[in-house]
Amino acid sequence: MASFVFKRLLMAIPTLLVLIVISFVLMYAAPGGPFTAERQLPPQVLANIEARYGLNDPLYVQIWHYMTGILTNFDFGPSFKYKDQTVNDVIGQGFPVTLTYGSIAFVFAVVIGSTLGIIAAMRQNSLVDYFAIGLSIVAQVLPTFVLAPILVLVFTLWLRWLPGGGWNGGQWPYLVMPVIALATSHLASVARIMRSSMLEVMRSQFIRTARAKGLPDRVIIFQHALKPALLPLLSYLGPAFVAMITGSVVIDLYFATGGIGQSFVQSALSRDYSVMMGITILIGTLTVAFNLIVDILYTWIDPKIKY
Amino acid sequence: MGKFTTYLAVGIIGLSMTSTLALAAGTHPVTGEALADEQVFTYRLSDEPTTFDPALAEDIIAFEVMRDLFEGLMNQDKDGNLVPGVATHFDTNADKTVYTFHLRDNAKWSDGKPVTAGDFVYAWRRALDPATASPYSWFMELMQLENGAEVIAGEMPPESLGITAIDDQTLEIRLTSSLPYFPQMTITPITFPLPEWTITQYGSDWTKPGNIVGNGAYVLTEHVLQERSVRERNPLYWNNDATILDKVVGLVINDENSGLIRFQAGELNWTQIPAGQFTQLHEEYPDTAKSFPRLCSEFYSFNLSDSGPEAFKDARVRRALSLAVDRSIITDRIMQGGQTPAYTFTPEATADFVLPEGGMRAMSQAERDTLAADLMREAGFGTDNPLTFKLLYNTRDDIKKTAIAMTQMWRQKLGVQVELVNMEWKTYLNAMGEQDFELGRNSWCGDYNDASTFLDLVTTRSGYNDGRYDNPEVDALMASAGTSDNSAAIYTQVEQIIEAEAPIIPVFHFAAASMMDPDLKNWPVNNVMMTWYSKDLYIAAD
Repeated sequence: MASFVFKRLLMAIPTLLVLIVISFVLMYAAPGGPFTAERQLPPQVLANIEARYGLNDPLYVQIWHYMTGILTNFDFGPSFKYKDQTVNDVIGQGFPVTLTYGSIAFVFAVVIGSTLGIIAAMRQNSLVDYFAIGLSIVAQVLPTFVLAPILVLVFTLWLRWLPGGGWNGGQWPYLVMPVIALATSHLASVARIMRSSMLEVMRSQFIRTARAKGLPDRVIIFQHALKPALLPLLSYLGPAFVAMITGSVVIDLYFATGGIGQSFVQSALSRDYSVMMGITILIGTLTVAFNLIVDILYTWIDPKIKY
Repeated sequence: MGKFTTYLAVGIIGLSMTSTLALAAGTHPVTGEALADEQVFTYRLSDEPTTFDPALAEDIIAFEVMRDLFEGLMNQDKDGNLVPGVATHFDTNADKTVYTFHLRDNAKWSDGKPVTAGDFVYAWRRALDPATASPYSWFMELMQLENGAEVIAGEMPPESLGITAIDDQTLEIRLTSSLPYFPQMTITPITFPLPEWTITQYGSDWTKPGNIVGNGAYVLTEHVLQERSVRERNPLYWNNDATILDKVVGLVINDENSGLIRFQAGELNWTQIPAGQFTQLHEEYPDTAKSFPRLCSEFYSFNLSDSGPEAFKDARVRRALSLAVDRSIITDRIMQGGQTPAYTFTPEATADFVLPEGGMRAMSQAERDTLAADLMREAGFGTDNPLTFKLLYNTRDDIKKTAIAMTQMWRQKLGVQVELVNMEWKTYLNAMGEQDFELGRNSWCGDYNDASTFLDLVTTRSGYNDGRYDNPEVDALMASAGTSDNSAAIYTQVEQIIEAEAPIIPVFHFAAASMMDPDLKNWPVNNVMMTWYSKDLYIAAD
């Protein structure tokens, strides 16, 4: 097991390296640059700026400086757009925001989603099943950019219970709508995956044996069926968790949370190369890390899986 | 050579001295209105300000914040007139190449140090120093500052710049050529004084709350990137007694519609109205939905360089296309935000600008259409030989609608076939800058309130002449306007040339359509530059 983890960590290095180089090259291939503005800068002014940010060096020199900066000082460079901020500042302020509402939304999605899925599977083709599945289909097809305005309309404009956006240090009234909006579609996926995998497990031989032995439903579900039924869900949850804690563009934009999802899109649009790279690396690293965690969890759930 | 001495609005200072007592009673010191107990102004920032360093600021959002945190030589009042800032008055020589500003002796930094002429000298040298790499340094080149261009190019040291502190209260500025509107330019943040000691102490962290020292009416007290910035009253500001708002909160809300909802929920005092929604909102909330003219023009540039289509080299074709655009349909049916049809490049609201008599503006649209059809025929285009070209615009809903409407007008009236090409913002800017377009959508907002800020764009020396229009007569006229006593007549003449030659198609002049809390008072509605200072605003009691 230890050697498996070690090997996977070792593998992560070239993976991230390839990610960085490809992102870097793609980014530079996009027309325009961070200092392309409506008012084109006079050549001399542009030259001064490019010199300051090292953009006048050849691409490979820039990548080299960038990599050494990260490895020696954990320095991801200055933001090209926000001139008083470094990439570390941008991520340091935005990531805690998305991490907070993303984690809470994740817990909601998993708990409610899997409960719905299990109930639906247990009472297959009953009203409860139809209700749970109906609910999850509605949640699935309702895109965040539709759900978010509906929530605001109801809770902010009609009921006047919640603020229409902002973050304000993460006080709970500011959390409610982003969490609901983000959790909903994931909740639906979780419910559907849980239901179908539960149904499959319930039809397997060992459950039939358990039933034949006269075990009560509660014991069958929680002690025998749940663990194997979790396997397909787990493969979904790894990437889903990363996606949730790194923020949704729609949610950051609509609720003006100041989260990192917003910075990511903004940086791409404004060609803020360094911020875009920083967030790409963050998401890449988290994805690699959580895929590894999921793989380790597999061995815990299913002892047949060995690495 | 005699010296002109210009004294500006000295009365305002006197007025502000008497205000302390009145404030305590909760009424406005001048108007006597009842004031709200909480003097907090919360507004939408459509994007995070790119910086709080005046030398590096280049966007309007940052400028608005900067004018609260720092104060330059001059300010504008709510009608856009120049009023004293740190300087009480200035003198200039006869040919307007040397300006001497006299600074007030009671101006203080937020740490208590006096604001001196040396702080301006430091700030201006720093702004142009190539090491600072200011993206706005070109503005100081525009100010004709002596040796400005050379300092930016690194050919001369920053110390050679044409700015000298004669003593703590006297600042001398030397220009390479006459510039009558120079004082107007000193309201721009890159000209603001800077606290050298703070910048030396904290380096690039000097603008962080807690470190930042300013000389404006407010101090930055909180900043959460992409979320909010808060500025609070600076008790050491020289005119603090006249300041009524205690706190200004800028909330970053990228999405206009989201801003509108938060305004309706009572979370904001001011937000912008998304394109196309003004008419309806104005009917529903006549006291709240407001539209003010702005010093900006939406126009389309013909690519007249070698890479442009041959047909556009014929002025008759360009003029026909310009005439056939029914501007009122675009302003009244598409934009619907109080925008006005543009028949000149310079907005009518520009100071001292005189509209050309007659011409396209005086015609009815039917007359314009007839003339357009005639011109096209003369140029050899018709149904059997239709003109075809590509129209480039940047991806945005209202721009797309305008472009489609214009395309339809040309097709119906002139049989022109247009292919619409849209690009994402930076890609579009790149294409425009490299003359990789045929007809391109464009817009321009005035840097200062003078027609030259627009008309310079059609001169060959302008870096923003995307279409590469080249007319020596226009160049000569614009060069002479700087020293002329009657620049207004020259600008009008240039507009007449633009109408006849049509290097661009002016479409409309912008308006700022806003939802504004009726209790927020003293907004500079008549200031077309939208130069507002929180120190001049206040919240009236309900």
